[in-house]
Amino acid sequence: MLTIAGRTFKSRLFGGTGKFSSPRVMKEALDASGCEMVTVALRRVDLDNPDDDIMSVLDRKKYLFLPNTSGARNADEALRLARLSRASGGGDWLKLEVTPDPRTLLPDPVETLKATEILVKEGFIVLPYMNADPILALRLQDVGAAAVMPLGSLIGTNQGIMTAFQIEIIIDQAQVPVVVDAGIGAPSHAALAMEMGADAVLVNTAIAVAGDPVKIARAFAMAVEAGRDAFEAGLSKKGVEAAASSPQTGLDFLR
Amino acid sequence: MQYVMIPQNIFSIPDFTELALLIDGCSENDIERALQSDKVDIHGLAALLSPAAESFLPRFAARSAEITDRRFGRTIQIYAPLYLSSFCVNRCAYCGFAADNKIERRILSYDEAEAEADILHQRGFNHILLVSGEAPARLGMEYLEEIARRLRQKFAAISIEVQPLEEDEYARLFAAGITSVAVYQETYDRKVYDQVHLSGKKCDFDYRLQTPARVAAAGMREVGIGALLGLADWRLEGVALGLHLAWLRKHYWRTALTVSFPRLCPAEGDFQPLVKVGEPQLSQLIFALRIFDPDVGLLLSTREEARFRDGMIGLGPTRYSAGSCTAPGGYSHPELGGEQFAVGDHRSIREVCSDICRKGYDPVRKDWDATFQVN
Repeated sequence: MLTIAGRTFKSRLFGGTGKFSSPRVMKEALDASGCEMVTVALRRVDLDNPDDDIMSVLDRKKYLFLPNTSGARNADEALRLARLSRASGGGDWLKLEVTPDPRTLLPDPVETLKATEILVKEGFIVLPYMNADPILALRLQDVGAAAVMPLGSLIGTNQGIMTAFQIEIIIDQAQVPVVVDAGIGAPSHAALAMEMGADAVLVNTAIAVAGDPVKIARAFAMAVEAGRDAFEAGLSKKGVEAAASSPQTGLDFLR
Repeated sequence: MQYVMIPQNIFSIPDFTELALLIDGCSENDIERALQSDKVDIHGLAALLSPAAESFLPRFAARSAEITDRRFGRTIQIYAPLYLSSFCVNRCAYCGFAADNKIERRILSYDEAEAEADILHQRGFNHILLVSGEAPARLGMEYLEEIARRLRQKFAAISIEVQPLEEDEYARLFAAGITSVAVYQETYDRKVYDQVHLSGKKCDFDYRLQTPARVAAAGMREVGIGALLGLADWRLEGVALGLHLAWLRKHYWRTALTVSFPRLCPAEGDFQPLVKVGEPQLSQLIFALRIFDPDVGLLLSTREEARFRDGMIGLGPTRYSAGSCTAPGGYSHPELGGEQFAVGDHRSIREVCSDICRKGYDPVRKDWDATFQVN
């Protein structure tokens, strides 16, 4: 079972709350996905307001809320948001996003590392969104990140795992869970990440904007399970030549 | 946090006769290529804005909708304007607030402004746009800073659309809680600009043109640009907007950008639009800019009619105003006149939001947080 900061998760699929056509569709899709952790943009919600459209439809007993600092351009802004979140009852868990370029929304490695270090010291459970840079993953782990969240491709693009080479290294080296975040556009992408050995994936846009968000949420849940099972089972090696499934290698000469 | 800026070259806009050449040379082939490609450059934008592109409009809409959907999801942000003052030192031929128009002028006191804001807050608005005529002696930095300080506890995001300011003034307003600045060039055609701006500081085309760069340099989160449609060739305004967007992206990569599409409607003073821009033209412009820049926020205000705004949901625009009144004090005192222009969509925020929901989109009232910039 997946464990992050001492908490166990049955589902290795994490959900998001952005871009849905309505809070009702969001709730139904998240329920269908079976996920137990959902990320919520602090900029979108009013944590103090019990009538907030997102907060009011999701059952906080069922889902662990992972507030995120989406929109923060530097460490200072992320720190302010994180502290506000905790003060308003958002809890200790935090998905750290520091994205100074509003166009690509790529995470700033320098500011992310700086903010992670400070927030960990303040007692936050920090899951930083990061570029798929293996050394950065190690540095974040060293300053106390509870997990690392490398991107598969640019957020919202549905391009899949474009960073496979780096993610493989990160998975290989990391001692904390690796959650592939951003760019996962199809259940097959999620399955691939899980087959590679990722501990979990986070999917938002591909569910929120799909023709039938509830149905695709279920598809993602199955893909994540299939990918994980395949990883645990041990995938057969890829080969360049055709190999018969019942080898007829003659060993009659052996005495 | 202060960012060190590399010395910038200055944004300039080619003469419209030169821009026209970009569009004149466009073939259907260019349009097709722009529609098929993931990256559209300024030539692609010119193709999308060309007369030959008119027959492609349904395909434009589909492409624009697809891009908007992926980038912004099934959401529309909701905001309301709050008019602070109708005093203005400029004479702009098209504007109801022009200095020589005989209307009753008002400037809201701090308390009056707060009362207006309270009404918007109660109606469910979380993003507001403070608007005023340009009269710095009455409505200057001190006034804006005080308003920002008074309102920032109630609103997630406060934008301003007031006279152009200096870079250090924008930095002060950002610290006071202002999130973004809208400053429209009105027209990028220098010749027409000179014709319609009869007197006042606004006559300085270049000072206004550099304003978005000053806003961005000051560290504002977002800058909004726009052209007032009905003054000059809208296709060329579209190309100019594209050039301005691309330049701002290159030089101020941390700043989010938005474009507005104010279309001239009859105002006090009976100015008639110099060129006709119909709904098909306006939608072509919106689709073309969306395809050119997938990340830009696109605003569609209550200048437009409810039918058109409903139809455009999901096709490109990402922000709608609702329940707007364009006279200072008009929310508290609807009986007062003195609007800057007559709105075309008279629905309340509730009606706008329920129509957005009916179209399968989520009307988002909060998508920012004051905490980003102030403790």
